[in-house]
Amino acid sequence: MLLLMLSGCSPIQPWVKPYERNNLADPIMSFSMDPVESGYMHHVYQAREAARGAEGGGGGGCGCN
Amino acid sequence: MAVTDPLRTLLCIALSLIGGSVYAAVLPADRADVMYHSYDGGGVKIDGPAVLVRKSVTDDVSVSAQYYVDEISGASIDVQVNASEYAEERTQYDIGADYLINKTIVSVGYSNSTENDYDADTYSIGISQDFFGDLSTLSLNYALGNDIVGKSTDPDFEEDKKTQSYQFGWTQVITKNLLMNFIYQVITDEGYLNNPYRSYRFLNGSSASYLTEKYPETRTSHAFAVRGRYYMPYRAAFGFEYRRFNDTWGINAYNMDVSYTHPFNDNWIIDVHYRYYSQNQADFYADLFPTADFQNYMARDKELSTFTNNTIGFKVSYEIDTGWSNDWLEKASVSLAWDMLSLEYENFRDARETNRTPGTESLYSLEADVIRFFISAWF
Repeated sequence: MLLLMLSGCSPIQPWVKPYERNNLADPIMSFSMDPVESGYMHHVYQAREAARGAEGGGGGGCGCN
Repeated sequence: MAVTDPLRTLLCIALSLIGGSVYAAVLPADRADVMYHSYDGGGVKIDGPAVLVRKSVTDDVSVSAQYYVDEISGASIDVQVNASEYAEERTQYDIGADYLINKTIVSVGYSNSTENDYDADTYSIGISQDFFGDLSTLSLNYALGNDIVGKSTDPDFEEDKKTQSYQFGWTQVITKNLLMNFIYQVITDEGYLNNPYRSYRFLNGSSASYLTEKYPETRTSHAFAVRGRYYMPYRAAFGFEYRRFNDTWGINAYNMDVSYTHPFNDNWIIDVHYRYYSQNQADFYADLFPTADFQNYMARDKELSTFTNNTIGFKVSYEIDTGWSNDWLEKASVSLAWDMLSLEYENFRDARETNRTPGTESLYSLEADVIRFFISAWF
């Protein structure tokens, strides 16, 4: 069955090649350019709003910095 | 055995996940930041320093440490109406470590926050991995917080609060110019969730009286956010965010944010953003209850009321030319950021207007300036 599944789907190929990620690697594309500052702003909002969580600011996905 | 299309797709994805990526995950950059922060609004000023240092100790381990202080002065509307003064200083220490194992990063963290009437310890662990040739990053995080709530006016007062957080994150390269991020987070609280100083307001004849608030002892919240960053046809980035929130206290909230980041002359980066936030009240919130002990739970915390928050912010960074740098310093920058918050409350009234009939006072609003000035160094 494993062979059947393996033969039934070709590996998903990266559709953005490493050499096409210059723009994504630019620091201005970071979700959190300055962690100390974005962490502080999350704190400012959390202290005054009921919503909390999913603030993000985590690292990017392109693995190219 | 027939394999349906959706199942087949899932299996393909699962197998690709196991196969891993061609390019390894990357640890965060070595960096140090020294920041002065200031919040000024609603009669309160909160400012202080923050220092964050991150450094690789080996090729596969990066450690970080943060020191952060809030110095509180002034009196908020709650303090002016009836509550006692809050803690005047909060100090927080954070330490963390990231361990890179092939294409996986395992993170651990510890945080401690102390005030004269509040202690909080938080432990966290997370794992993230890049997939599909580093086009996708999936992460899972868990955090456990143990807080001790005190009361400066009563040395015998001590209550516990336990918080647990579960977060799933997914960052995805969509095109060579578009990056997306999805986060879902569940947070649960158990224990003493009140502010021990705050009171609810109730009608006592023709005037208003106050008694200590009563909160449920549990709260569970769900938050989902989607974010994106798009690289413009020239060197600039457009960012957007949308987040939805709900909890077992009956609060529904959402916020959206749009931002634009534009570098000038290699040295300057200008960033502007606009954020809109809206929430409805908790089930047990009222500005003025009809009687004392009107229901099981009663709160008059304006953060649990119905309100909106409009924020507009600017940030300018100047990157210091690296021409003079030496081996240990790659680059440095100086940044100034200024946000203006405008909170409009729809059912929280200004109870300082004691000459008015209770329940007919003006609706409260506040405006605040939030400033950050920081120096950053990459080494």
